[in-house]
Parts: sequence; C-alpha cells; structure tokens
Amino acid sequence: MGLKGKKQSFNILKGEGEDAELQSFDIELDEGMVVLDCVHRIQHEQQPDLAVRWNCKAGKCGSCSAEINGRPRLMCMTRMSDVVAETPEGQAIEIRPMKAFPHVKDLVTDVSWNYEVAQRIKPIKGPDTMDWEFNQMEADRVQQFRECIECFLCVNTCHVLRDHALFDDFAGPRNLVRLAQYEMHPLDTEDRVPEIKKEFGVEYCNITRCCTEVCPAGIQITDDAIIQLKERVVDRYYDPLQRIWRTITRQKVRY
Amino acid sequence: MTEEYTKHEYDVIVIGAGGAGLRAAIEAARSGAKTAMITKSLLGKAHTVMAEGGCAAALQNADPRDGWKVHFHDTMKGSKWLADWRMAELHAKEAPDRVRELEQWGAVFDRTPNNLINQRNFGGHTFPRLAHVGDATGLELIRTLQERGIHEGIDIFMEYTVRHLLKEGDRVTGCVAYTRVDGDFHAFSAKSVVLATGGITRCWSVCSGSWEYTGDGHALALWAGAELRDMEFVQFHPTGMVWPPSVRGILVTEGVRGEGGRLTNSEGERFMFNYVPEMFASDHAETIEESDQWVEEVVSGKLATVRRPPELLTRDVVAKAINSEVKAGRGSPHGGAFLDISHRGEEAILKKLPSMHHQFKELAGVDISKEPMEVGPTAHYVMGGVRVNAETQESNVPGLYACGEVASGLHGANRLGGNSLSDLITFGKRAGEHAAKRADTLAQPGIEDAQVQSAITEMLAPLNREGGENPGLIYDEMRDMMQAKVGIIRTKEEMTEAMDDLAAFNERQAACFPGTSRKYNSGWHQALDLKNMVDVSTAATLAALTREESRGGHTRDDFPGETEAWGKIINIIYMEDGEMKVRQENVEPMRDDLGDAIKEVKSMIAERAAEQAGGGN
Repeated sequence: MGLKGKKQSFNILKGEGEDAELQSFDIELDEGMVVLDCVHRIQHEQQPDLAVRWNCKAGKCGSCSAEINGRPRLMCMTRMSDVVAETPEGQAIEIRPMKAFPHVKDLVTDVSWNYEVAQRIKPIKGPDTMDWEFNQMEADRVQQFRECIECFLCVNTCHVLRDHALFDDFAGPRNLVRLAQYEMHPLDTEDRVPEIKKEFGVEYCNITRCCTEVCPAGIQITDDAIIQLKERVVDRYYDPLQRIWRTITRQKVRY
Repeated sequence: MTEEYTKHEYDVIVIGAGGAGLRAAIEAARSGAKTAMITKSLLGKAHTVMAEGGCAAALQNADPRDGWKVHFHDTMKGSKWLADWRMAELHAKEAPDRVRELEQWGAVFDRTPNNLINQRNFGGHTFPRLAHVGDATGLELIRTLQERGIHEGIDIFMEYTVRHLLKEGDRVTGCVAYTRVDGDFHAFSAKSVVLATGGITRCWSVCSGSWEYTGDGHALALWAGAELRDMEFVQFHPTGMVWPPSVRGILVTEGVRGEGGRLTNSEGERFMFNYVPEMFASDHAETIEESDQWVEEVVSGKLATVRRPPELLTRDVVAKAINSEVKAGRGSPHGGAFLDISHRGEEAILKKLPSMHHQFKELAGVDISKEPMEVGPTAHYVMGGVRVNAETQESNVPGLYACGEVASGLHGANRLGGNSLSDLITFGKRAGEHAAKRADTLAQPGIEDAQVQSAITEMLAPLNREGGENPGLIYDEMRDMMQAKVGIIRTKEEMTEAMDDLAAFNERQAACFPGTSRKYNSGWHQALDLKNMVDVSTAATLAALTREESRGGHTRDDFPGETEAWGKIINIIYMEDGEMKVRQENVEPMRDDLGDAIKEVKSMIAERAAEQAGGGN
C-alpha cells in the first residue's frame, strides 16, 4: 500500500504527569515510514520540544517503547503501513507513553526501577580459568535470554506491575529473564533460588503470557524463563522427595 | 545572574557508557579509583548495541595458524599502513585476553565443536578471527560489561550530557553537564577524565549510527586544546539498507558476506571479481567456483584450502565498487547492489543471521532466506579522533584520555570489521587503568565557578532566544549537505563549498529556537548537539581537503589513487586562537621487530596463496 503523500492525524500524549493530555498533529506520510519517523517529523516540522527517547532506530537498543493505538510496541519497528491499516479511516493514530512507569513528559517515562532491581541480582560466578569450555547446545539455552534489548515492554504489560503495582515484591519479567540467564549459564555456580522466591517474587506470575506476547525480541519469557525459575523454587521448597534426598546426602542448600 | 548547580568529586570520570566507557570505568574502579560514568542515554543503549558481526581477536580457536603477528599485519595492511603501529601491536596482543575476560563476566559466545569460542571470517582478516554471537555481538558485549559494571561500585549518571571540560592551566580537571530529564546543571571535579563518546557519523544523512553519534567527545577534546588526527578517514560501510527511504543507512552486517553472501548487479554479475586491487590480488579467489568452494569449506568448519571470495575485500574497496556499479547504471531498483545469502538455506540463516532476517522482514518486507537484499554504502565509522598515547590513551592535554571510536590511531585510513569491538575493550581497559594511575598521584582539583557559569550560560542560550528556526530543520539540512559534498567520493570544489556551507550552518545553529522548556526538551538537546556537529564536520572536511590523494576511507575524484608521499603523512587538526587549523606530521618509522613480523606474515600469506591457487579448481 502506498503511503506517500497521505495525510495522517496523530493524537500524542503531551505534557507532564496529571496535566498531560492528548494533542493532535497532522503530517504527510512517506513510503516505508515507521512510527518513530512520524514522531521525528512532528518534532522537526512542528514541535521541537516534544519529548521522546530513542537511540538506534533499528530495533536493537529498546529505547523507543510506547503504546501505539493501545498496543505496547517499539516505535522504530512499527511500520506505518500496518498502523494505518489497523486504524479506522479518518481516525487519529494514538501514541502514549508506557503506562506502568512514572510519567516524565510527553512520551518519556522513568524506567529506573528496572535498573535498581538489576543491581540486586548476584552476577555470574564461574571457574577462574581463562578458557571456558561448554558446547553450543549449552550456549543455546541461555543465548535466547541474552537477546533482550531492555525495552521494558514486558514489564509495562505485566498486570502484577501495571495493574497491581507490586514493584517492591516482584522483579518483573525482564529481570526474571536475567535471573534465568544466570541460573542456566552452563558454568555458573552462584545460588539465587531463595531470592528468586522471596525478594524477586517469581510466584506472583500467574502465567498469562502477556509479556511473551509483546516481546520484540521474540523471547519465550514465560515458558523458557519464568516457568523454569518457578520449577527451581518448587524443587527447593516444596518437593518432599528432594528434601529427603538432600538430608540423606547431607547437601547444604540455602532456603 | 548565576544559575544553581550541583557539585561532585571523583578520581576518574568516564564520559560515555558504550563498550569503551564501560570497560574503562570497570578498570578504573578495580584499580581503586572513585569512579563515575556519565552517559547521555540510559545504560545499555549506547551505539555499541548496534555492532553485529563480531569482535576480532587471534584466539586461534577456529584456525591454529592465526596469531598476534597475523592480526597485527592485517590491521596495518587494512589501514593502508597509516595506523599507529604501536597501537596495532598492543591491540593484536591483548585482544584475546580481553575477549576471554568477557566470557568470565558472563558473555556467551557461539562455540566451536571443541567447546571454545567460535570465530568467523571477515573482510581483511587472513583467518577466521571474529568471536561472535549470531549477528548481535555488540549487544552481547555491552550487556556483559553493563552486568559486570554495576557491581564494581561505579556511580552511574544516566541521561546527563557533558557540554564542557573544566580546565586549570593546561590540564583537564572535570566537566559540566546538564540533565536531559530536568535540565539541571552539574559540575564534576575529576583528577582524570576519559572520553568514550563514540563517533560522528550522524553528520551524514545516510548513516548507520544512533542519534548519539554527534561527535560530542571529538568536539569537547578539540575545544579543550586536544589534537585530532585522521579526520578525513570516514568509513562508508558497503552494506546498509537502501529501501524503504526511512530505513536507508541501517547496517547490514558484514557477517552476511562472511557467511557466504554474494554481491551482484542488475545484470546478475558477481561484480566484485572486477574490483580486486593489486595489493590483494594474490589472496582472493579468481573464479566463482573457487569462491563457492571456500564458502563450503568454511561453513562446514574445515580449514580453507582455496582463496576467499572478493566480497570479503576490505570495506573501502567494496563500498567504492558498489558506488561505481550504481554510477555505471547497473544498480538495483533503489540505487544499490543485490546481496544474496538465500543459498545458505533458512535454518543456517536463522541461526547465524537472525537479526538480519528479522530486520529485513519487519522493515522492508523482504525474506532474506528466499530473496536478495538491496544494499548500498552508509556512513559507519570515523577512523579519526583524539590523538592519544598508545600505551596510556592520554591525549596531549594532561588528564584527558580517550578510548574507542572517539580516539584514533588504531585504524589509520580504514578499519577492518571486527576491530572496533576489540578496540573498545583493549583500549578501554588501558584508558581506565592509566586514568586511575594518574588520579592516584593528584589532589582533588577545585571547581572554578566562573567556568561553570559561562558553560551554563552557553547551554541556556537557545532557550532564552525570542524565536528562531527549528533546530531539527538545520540538523536535516546539514546532514544532507555533508552527504552530498563530503561523502564517499570527494572533490576540492564540493568540499570548498561545504566549508562555506558549514560556516553558514554555524550561524544558523547559533540562532535556532527549540522552545523555552528545560524539562526533557528534545529540541534543546538537539540545538546544543548542532554546535558539535558543525565543528566535527568542519574538522573532517578540512582534513579531507588537505589530503590530495585517495586512500582507504578517503576518496578524491580529483586525486584518484594513492601517492607515496601521503602514505607517510597524517593530518592533525587543532584549535589556535579560536580557529581550527590543520598541519601535517610524518608517520614514525616502524620498530624493526615489527617490520620483521610484517615480512614474516607476508611470506606466509604468499606461500599459502600459491598453494591454494594450485589446490583450487
């Protein structure tokens, strides 16, 4: 579908906090545009102080997360041809900042909570030797998690955080992916299971898979990361046979 | 009127949080220095995430014949013999340990059948040398350093932009920054300052750089009295996306060619066979059969017995070849060349080039496992930057260090793919180590209020104007101008015009108006960036006008071909009495043992090429 020359209206949340409201902008489209191009065109032609966070414009840095027509997406990887097609003729395309995070201004939110949680996760601890050996199959298990671009769309979508605001009790999908990545690292020897249960609250997730659905990197967050972590917690805390076995073999584990 | 600002005191301040900045900050903190890292984006978003193909290091995992001497030779040859040989030596020797260290911090590189870090082929590297993770190696590198760095006791200031370096006499004693979120001001006292701000390629309209690539560190250094070298050498990566217009310039990794990608023109011809320069003639395949056999051997994990395809020539050569094909009317429909990897099959492509597959599918509607891509040159990397001491990474201004793309010397006239990520970690470490060492001997410098106030007045100027042009318009027009007049092929006439245009842009940027708000005002941030962009564009143009020959990332239509005289000269850009100047310096003759190493590798390559030419079909 040709977009060149088409006039398009946008409603973009403008302002700070409580005072923010939707403001309308009209621009002319070009072929092959993505939503972020439109925001830039609005900045360069009409509203230079429009606040938007972006870096790479290639889907690799995860800075330009927003809610486009109510759906959490990266503005740089959302093609206008798709958005125009999903928007009823004559209606404006709506762009809002991510809802789960404190609003800063216009399309920018404060995502620092994610960094604070990451700080509390114990890093990789492996052998002291220089050449680490493990095979590709072992690498495959964690490489998926390392594709995360930290766009925080998963956190924005997770109802434990978005609707129930349990930011003090739950690490959120992004940091659970990080925990899974460390826990499944072939040579890591650190134990994080007690924190995964208590501090990071993996049990709050009730597997609605909303996070997986919005992940632009296609990471199987729920099935491959969160459920695996839940299983580790179950094995440690709730499996009677495992507890007996650990007692017999005098294994010391933390609870 | 005086503005309020917050004061901070540190031993070492690192400006920039990409691969080089993170590695420098980690090393400084580990050396016991009180360290801060200031980044104008959020942590983990820096341009390093966009690096794709890999990180070059002679690990000898994929081919035991590799070693530091071969890597050193390849880097020097790729640089057209203009690189600082001492940096190239340190880089070749130290990169393997820096890569292994990353793995100990949690990086998970693709593996060889022997369970070691796998390595892939890239242009200009004699042996498979690039440690990689699919085609997202930069993301792996920055995430690993980030996840390590946050546990090293570094204070991290996110979304702070540094606009001024504080000085006391000759030496640098700190910096002044504004916060993007609130528009507040901060003054940092520091015994050493490390620039790790990346490059300048946002100055061209077709580029692969992120918005941050506005030359902040290049400009800060120049304003503080530091010298820049090699600014005429800008790498146009041969393969950027060309269609649709809004994605023009986004990088298509060299890994596509490393994995066997074929370049063809509109007539279906593998045109790279026609563009092999004499210095590379003996070690590249002469026929399609030979080049196909090479790909087959390499992808199945064997040691190559024939010579590599000409698609894997250095970036400057391939970029100019595509440019020539398009000019001769043999381009693809949207003005590029075709790059085809579909013969490798869907499974291999999804494993080895997953983000390329995703990128083309999402942004261009092209399935690269079934059809060719359209690609063309894109401004990718600046070889030039702050002139530094090879061992310490200190500039000519005491207390001011630089590492990564903002520094210069390692790449000379042309950088080899994969040598950037290894540059970041090798010289990032060195910069952090030596910045901390210097800090150890000094008392905490004071913060001179007058300097801070004058920096703040300059920063606030755009907001205090009554009205004026939208900075975004100036930004767009200036980038188009640089693309047209100081692009891949250059002439004296166009560059002289560009110098006049830049002077006019300088006046316009000083009168632009981004609105009055200090709170997350994207237009204000851009208005301030414009000043850097004018100055670094001027530096690049001035150096390019001066070099009257063609070499590596600098091609003159009016001076085609290399000259022997310029092969021994580098251009130095510096400020004198508020004016930008250029002067020439002779390259220092190479140390004897390194010269011997080059000869040794040359004869090894010649023997091998003779064997392979005989052994091929």
